Amino acid sequence: MIKAILIFNNHGKPRMSKFYEHYTEDTEQQIIRETFHLVSKRDENVCNFLEGGLLIGGSENKLIYRHYATLYFVFCVDSSESELGILDLIQVFVETLDKCFENVCELDLIFHLDKVHNILAEMVMGGMVLETNMSEIITQVEAQGKMEKSETLTLLFICQSMRQSQASRFSSKIS
Amino acid sequence: MPAPIRLRELIRTIRTARTQAEEREMIQKECAAIRSSFREEDNTYRCRNVAKLLYMHMLGYPAHFGQLECLKLIASQKFTDKRIGYLGAMLLLDERQDVHLLMTNCIKNDLNHSTQYVQGLALCTLGCMGSSEMCRDLAGEVEKLLKTSNSYLRKKAALCAVHVIRKVPELMEMFLPATKNLLSEKNHGVLHTSVVLLTEMCERSPDMLSHFRKNEKLVPQLVRILKNLIMSGYSPEHDVSGISDPFLQVRILRLLRILGKGDDDSSEAMNDILAQVATNTETSKNVGNAILYETVLTIMDIKSESGLRVLAINILGRFLLNNDKNIRYVALTSLLKTVQTDHNAVQRHRSTIVDCLKDLDVSIKRRAMELSFALVNGNNIRGMMKELLYFLDSCDPDFKADCASGIFLAAEKYAPSKRWHIDTIMRVLTTAGSYVRDDSVPNLIQLITNSVEMHAYTVQRLYKALLDDISQQPLVQVASWCIGEYGDLLVSGQCEEEEPIQVSEDEVLDVLEGLLVSNLSTPVTRGYSLTAIMKLSTRFSSLNRIKKVVSIYGSSIDVELQQRAVEYNALFKKYDHMRPALLERMPIMEKTATNGPSETVQTNGETDSTILDTKHLPSISQPASQANDLLDLLGGNDVVPIIQTTVPTKPASAGGELLDLLGDLSLTGGPTPTPASSVPMSQPPFLLDGLTSQPLFNDIAAVIPPMTAYNKNGLIIEFTFERSNPNPNIAVITIHATNSTEADMTEFVFQAAVPKTFQLQLLSPSSNVVPAFNQGSVTQVIRVLNPQKQQLRMRIKLTYTHKGSPVQDLAEVNNFPPQSWQ
Repeated sequence: MIKAILIFNNHGKPRMSKFYEHYTEDTEQQIIRETFHLVSKRDENVCNFLEGGLLIGGSENKLIYRHYATLYFVFCVDSSESELGILDLIQVFVETLDKCFENVCELDLIFHLDKVHNILAEMVMGGMVLETNMSEIITQVEAQGKMEKSETLTLLFICQSMRQSQASRFSSKIS
Repeated sequence: MPAPIRLRELIRTIRTARTQAEEREMIQKECAAIRSSFREEDNTYRCRNVAKLLYMHMLGYPAHFGQLECLKLIASQKFTDKRIGYLGAMLLLDERQDVHLLMTNCIKNDLNHSTQYVQGLALCTLGCMGSSEMCRDLAGEVEKLLKTSNSYLRKKAALCAVHVIRKVPELMEMFLPATKNLLSEKNHGVLHTSVVLLTEMCERSPDMLSHFRKNEKLVPQLVRILKNLIMSGYSPEHDVSGISDPFLQVRILRLLRILGKGDDDSSEAMNDILAQVATNTETSKNVGNAILYETVLTIMDIKSESGLRVLAINILGRFLLNNDKNIRYVALTSLLKTVQTDHNAVQRHRSTIVDCLKDLDVSIKRRAMELSFALVNGNNIRGMMKELLYFLDSCDPDFKADCASGIFLAAEKYAPSKRWHIDTIMRVLTTAGSYVRDDSVPNLIQLITNSVEMHAYTVQRLYKALLDDISQQPLVQVASWCIGEYGDLLVSGQCEEEEPIQVSEDEVLDVLEGLLVSNLSTPVTRGYSLTAIMKLSTRFSSLNRIKKVVSIYGSSIDVELQQRAVEYNALFKKYDHMRPALLERMPIMEKTATNGPSETVQTNGETDSTILDTKHLPSISQPASQANDLLDLLGGNDVVPIIQTTVPTKPASAGGELLDLLGDLSLTGGPTPTPASSVPMSQPPFLLDGLTSQPLFNDIAAVIPPMTAYNKNGLIIEFTFERSNPNPNIAVITIHATNSTEADMTEFVFQAAVPKTFQLQLLSPSSNVVPAFNQGSVTQVIRVLNPQKQQLRMRIKLTYTHKGSPVQDLAEVNNFPPQSWQ
């Protein structure tokens, strides 16, 4: 089971955090800081596996991380997950983000946090891997995005028409 | 009220903050705006506000006031609202807040919604944070969705079912019928999640496991799917670096592992496919290695045939040579798990593992170290120890403690010779002396005491090490203790093993005094060296110097040192006659049952007990297996030594002539006096019974009548008997000494000797004053081992001071009741 998925940058600022086990808010922040501390110390050419920090379960849980440019993607898993498999999963996740955002960079993640959550929700659910097929994920995400867009368009239309009707009433009052 | 700003604006604003305080200010302002907007119950902008709230929550600011708003969003009809609402619920709510139960109804409705995405959202939220009450209510809906033909929903329902089962294990049976045709799906997503569901069910309940094995014929189905995956050609949608859906393959392999564990039929059914996967998978990329790794783990866990196991270990060996650090890491981890069961196969890769010790990566080094300790055995101890010592020299400080304790343990178990053992310990102390654990100092001292013939060699080497470096406290402590004990051997220059060095008494005292004044010495070390100097007063001749040193420290600021110095001073002045007896050689110390550092190596049940057993036996060159063998090995010394557990107040026989005393002992149990001497002989294992918390007197009272052993000059000594459990060969005798004269008998010492075929142990007396007029008695416990069931005979020697004059007497005790030795 995946316990947590964290994305933070080289300075430790969290860009996305999803916990699949319950911790208090303070603990969550502490976990992010502790994880950053552990992961940032690592050299570039060492293996991508670490024992988990004390807050997140100690040596039973492992931190599997990948470093892409300015971001660290960290998955905290327990012993029931295959470490090499999770490495591949991180790769698939990043590639999906890349496809959805078109050459994703840190800024994209910063400004579209909700979209990142939505994409992740299509891949991992309740700490377990749901779907790993990139095209499938992207199809679903795009379909849901379309639904949202149609709703906001309707909303805009309604607002516009409301304003127009108000304006006409006003003008009728004046005239 | 102006429209609340969009999330993007907020993020942009926050990013312009230059300090933490500025950021906090902005966020607080925005929070206030959001709160007032919530109060206005504005539907249009609620979702925007909640989105901003979630962002602030991620940064670490409190956001609990948005919980109810999330619920309102979930209840809304719009998809956008629902989406943010569910996301907010997953992030902000959990089962500890009562508010979450309000969601149940919304989720129920949404699970039956017409749009699949809404249903998906509901399933997702339920699967992430559903509490047990919610799960109980909604399990039926989830089960219904598990049977739907919509693959998007089916896979989500499967994972939701896993969560439900985790929360409410009793509901597992409910999902059983739905699993029947899960595996016949074409959609890989559904296949994947179904395998996860089946895995969860099998792990949770052994009944389910056997049900799946027998009735459902799960194994053939899985084998078939796996075969299709491997054999099918290139399929673009599932391809990852040339391999078709590796995630599914890995999952299936894991489920096969659970199904095959401990079950012969299943294991047989999957042997072929495992061999096929193991040989056909391409290993150039990480995906291939992931599959191979999983295959290896499965092979090791099920009842596979030996050829397959060897194949698996060879794959792991190949992994070790791989350049990719991750692969090496997983290989080392799996080898550690399998080293117990397939020890020989892993030994073949020993050289590669030892090479990994030199790797730069910390995680790999640690695993290689643990694995190396697991692989050490009697044959390769010398070579491995060389490598491990080299590793100890060069490794990080975090490792040194574990490595040092591992080396001590391995050396204790497999040392080929005493000299090698002591050399190894010396090497560890000199290289990593300050990282050695605190409890290893007494262990080492005990080890050194036990290896009698190495005393001279040891003390010489320790002395030389001290000359080089006095900064490593454990080394210094052990060295000063040894010099204190065996200083006479050092000065006399007799050492068979090595070139003897010429050391004068003054030089030794210089070194010890240097320790006392050095800044590097801790108070504990100073205590050790002061005591050592004191002990040398009976072994060396330069008393004045020692007296001076001791008296100086009588006014030391350190209370411990001061106390010691004052007491030693008193020894010099008032109790000079007792000094030699008090300061003579220490007897053998017994090893306690639980000593030694904690194991860094995983050991399964069998090896644990062997480690404990070897700890009980002191490390002597003769294997002390049977008590009888031991008695033979004791050779020419016919009087069996008595081991006393306390330093008794003895009559004035110089401690330094202890070795001469051994020569004085007569060869047969003749009438010549045989003083009880504490001889440094090794303990036969049976006496260790006394060290565990067994009562000396068992409840099953052996009805053996007491007897009077000695009755002269008003001193009466009575023996009472018990049989000791569990060893019926041991008789426990308690002596009671009473005094019917009108004066106390002070400094009362009772000593005993038995013939060769027995072994005797004398415990400490209750006191050494026998009060007059039978007002009280002195009791002492003797334990006698009588394996050959011969008639018990004993010679006793009594010394005491009566009315100011010392009295000594000898007697033979032959009238033991027959039951005491049968």
